[in-house]
Amino acid sequence: MSLLKVENLNLQFRTDEGLITAVENVSFEINEGEVLGLVGESGSGKSVTAKSLMHLNPSNSVYSPESSIKLELESGGVDVLSLKNPRELVVVRGGAISMIFQEPMASFAPAITIGAQMVEQLMIHTSMTKKESAALSVEMLERVGISDAGMRFHQYAFELSGGMRQRAMIAMALSTKPKVLIADEPTTALDVTIQAQVLDLMKDLVKEFGMAILFITHDLGVIAQVADRVAVMYLGRIVESGPVREVLHSPSHPYTKGLLNALPKLDALDEPLTPIPGDIPSPLERPPGCVFHTRCPEILADRCDSSIPQRTNVGQDHSVSCFAVDSTGKTA
Amino acid sequence: MTEKPLIRINKLNVEFPLGRTLFGKPPMLSAVNDVSLDIMPGQFYGLVGESGSGKTTLGKAILRAVHISSGEITFDDSDVNYDVGSLAKKELKNYRKLAQLIFQDPYAALSPRMTVRDIIAEPLEVMGLTKTREETDERVRDIAEKCRLNLEHLRRFPHAFSGGQRQRISIARTLVCNPKFVVADESVAALDVSIQADILNLLQSLQDQLGLTFLFISHDLSVVAHICDHVAVMYLGTLVESAPTRKLFDNPSHPYTKALLSAIPSLDPDDRGKSQKLEGEIPSPANPPPGCKFHTRCPLAEERCRTEVPQWRELSKDHYAACHLV
Repeated sequence: MSLLKVENLNLQFRTDEGLITAVENVSFEINEGEVLGLVGESGSGKSVTAKSLMHLNPSNSVYSPESSIKLELESGGVDVLSLKNPRELVVVRGGAISMIFQEPMASFAPAITIGAQMVEQLMIHTSMTKKESAALSVEMLERVGISDAGMRFHQYAFELSGGMRQRAMIAMALSTKPKVLIADEPTTALDVTIQAQVLDLMKDLVKEFGMAILFITHDLGVIAQVADRVAVMYLGRIVESGPVREVLHSPSHPYTKGLLNALPKLDALDEPLTPIPGDIPSPLERPPGCVFHTRCPEILADRCDSSIPQRTNVGQDHSVSCFAVDSTGKTA
Repeated sequence: MTEKPLIRINKLNVEFPLGRTLFGKPPMLSAVNDVSLDIMPGQFYGLVGESGSGKTTLGKAILRAVHISSGEITFDDSDVNYDVGSLAKKELKNYRKLAQLIFQDPYAALSPRMTVRDIIAEPLEVMGLTKTREETDERVRDIAEKCRLNLEHLRRFPHAFSGGQRQRISIARTLVCNPKFVVADESVAALDVSIQADILNLLQSLQDQLGLTFLFISHDLSVVAHICDHVAVMYLGTLVESAPTRKLFDNPSHPYTKALLSAIPSLDPDDRGKSQKLEGEIPSPANPPPGCKFHTRCPLAEERCRTEVPQWRELSKDHYAACHLV
């Protein structure tokens, strides 16, 4: 069952230079117990998309009228974009949706103990007493693998190591039993050995809590290890999406192929690295037609630079937006 | 190889005082502990390890940007020879013309108030390498071309450029004074993968063209595997293994190297759950474990690992490791 459904999400920012398009026609669904990976380079709009789910974008953001974000809960559906005042927003900000960020040091208040922060949010989102909240918080800290949870509960963020802080962040995000967890580059700041531990933990927790995760990262290796499905974003558009195995084994969109070719691979040390030519264009100079045509090696004359490619299915649940790709997923 | 190494490090120790005491000596934190290694001319030498392993401090010590507590570092080019640890002020200036650093973050490394031309020209002017403005301009244009920068861009300010272009500017600035040896400290870590590939290719072509020797510091093993000829692995201030790249990746012998390699997320979804996980976290360097420093996390640790410090031994040609069990 789909838990969260995003349809035709269009988001622009009002700035001194005019309206800047950050997200264009983005649609995706996340089902219960599923991990959806969202990949893309910096500036592709992945974090902005995630923040829209919690209505966290700044006040100069403009959503188009056809944008819709629907959350299905047992108590009924929630239309996220129509929520206005802070009391209504509680459900998507830490209630049914929680978020963990890249830099755990910046996400914890430095002068309040970890425990006090965990208790505070439980008091806001649940009807638990202070004592019950504290007990649950310690239990959650233990669950995510923090030793001496009772002692850590009374410590400040700076007293914890990077990996432990990220674990505490996860414990805090999960203590309200959210239905959807948004993880924005949760392991990027961690060392590989710690990253492996945190990824394992997250995989276990998805099973245990039956929730859905939107996993944002630029690292395709991490996606391969945790995600069930993946959506590839470029300049505010989803260019390819599908089951992780299909997308990584037989990528269709030239951008997805480019990303994979640019990655150093340990089993092919002698193969040269092929960068994607050029740089990602500034959002102020958004290319017309297909957003990727300025860097695309498979560009078709008279088409790619003028009209926008539609989403076409190239396999079970695997879709691509590219003129050069036919219905079998091959490029002509 | 009968060639002489360009950089020879012998039993290097770098220590930092932990706070101050009124009387007597403060406790010392050992950031680099008894490290010995040789970097051959023209080599792309990789240094990997987790954060807190001392790799950046080692890089800084070679450039004499931190105080060397004991041990020696020698720089031996065919023309000049420096004992890096005991350079006087004037010699240090000369040494720095030959040994340079590329920074990690191209957004922080470039002054927003200077044009690209001035940024690249600054080292030449500070070191007094050029006499006239024309000569400076020529050197700047020359290196900018080699770094594949658009010459029209030299008049602009850094804010107009993307991360990849900024890193190229930063590389041009480093190389403008014709150094022989360059430390690249996490120089591609802040870049997107497509740009990372471009910068790595650029570094390789510059090495060929200019005959440079690199110390490439990174936490990303797959990047190191691609670009380096020789790799050394550091853990808590000591070297645990060092070998030519291929040997190290095909046949890692230290348990820490094995764990690091296995922790890299594989691009193949079918490889899930195959990696061998390392428990725990890197201990604090202020209070390192006795014996082998890795024993607290090592899956194979035995009694003697807890008490005896393992020797740095040659396992096969050019392949060294420090472990009791290999």
